[in-house]
Amino acid sequence: MRALEPWVLAPLQTFLAESSARLILLMTASGQVVAQHGFARSFEVMTAAALGSAIVASTEELARIMGASRFGAVVHGGSRQSCMLSAFGTPRGRWIGLVVYGPETSVGLVQLFFDQMVEELVNAAPREPQAPPLLAENFERELNASLKELFGR
Amino acid sequence: MSPANAALERVTQVPGVRGSLLISGTDGLVVAERLMDGIDGRAIAALAANLIKRLGRATVGAGMRVPTFVHLRGNAGSVLAAPGQNDLVLVAVVGLDANLGLARLEMLDAVGRLT
Repeated sequence: MRALEPWVLAPLQTFLAESSARLILLMTASGQVVAQHGFARSFEVMTAAALGSAIVASTEELARIMGASRFGAVVHGGSRQSCMLSAFGTPRGRWIGLVVYGPETSVGLVQLFFDQMVEELVNAAPREPQAPPLLAENFERELNASLKELFGR
Repeated sequence: MSPANAALERVTQVPGVRGSLLISGTDGLVVAERLMDGIDGRAIAALAANLIKRLGRATVGAGMRVPTFVHLRGNAGSVLAAPGQNDLVLVAVVGLDANLGLARLEMLDAVGRLT
């Protein structure tokens, strides 16, 4: 398990232990990776983060068009593994969690412990001013630095 | 009244029953519920479904049949569960003073009527 900020690790570890999820990726709403567990290659993380944040943006826009409030979570159910995407507010801004789980657990358990993890993250987050938005000219450097931190190379 | 709500009403009328739920066994999600305030139906659904699934695997692995009724006893009460057809599980949360025999009978009869 790797995280850019150490206070994220404990809630994430508890979630993984309780929910029996296989993979998790925490990212900001813009797709910047905050923490990951289970991904073997940085390419997979980059792809999953980009797709995950795009899906959440699409569903939130869909909700807006339908006049509904935001959707709580998007779940793709599969026979061998399933995937849940859920956005949530933190003192560090809006984050997205992407969870992959198998038949050894259930969507109910994953959602239950995910919500508990969100509560723990919100309580554990340092109350510091939010980082300024990432500028395009810094994006690649920041991305590479994040991936290096997350994969230890 | 829908069959699901009729089943829940029968179970909650038993003395000592604090609430009942109909849950999806595979997903661990609430299908219908009738609970007293302060009982987290979502948590019960997720955890009870997982328990039933694991117990089912354990009993099948031990060469027995899947349980038809599960009684999980705690210090302050019990959780009762009766798996039914179509992946549905009828769950009841009962206090220490509950009439467990009657609750069991009502649950097995109610879950048998659900199709």
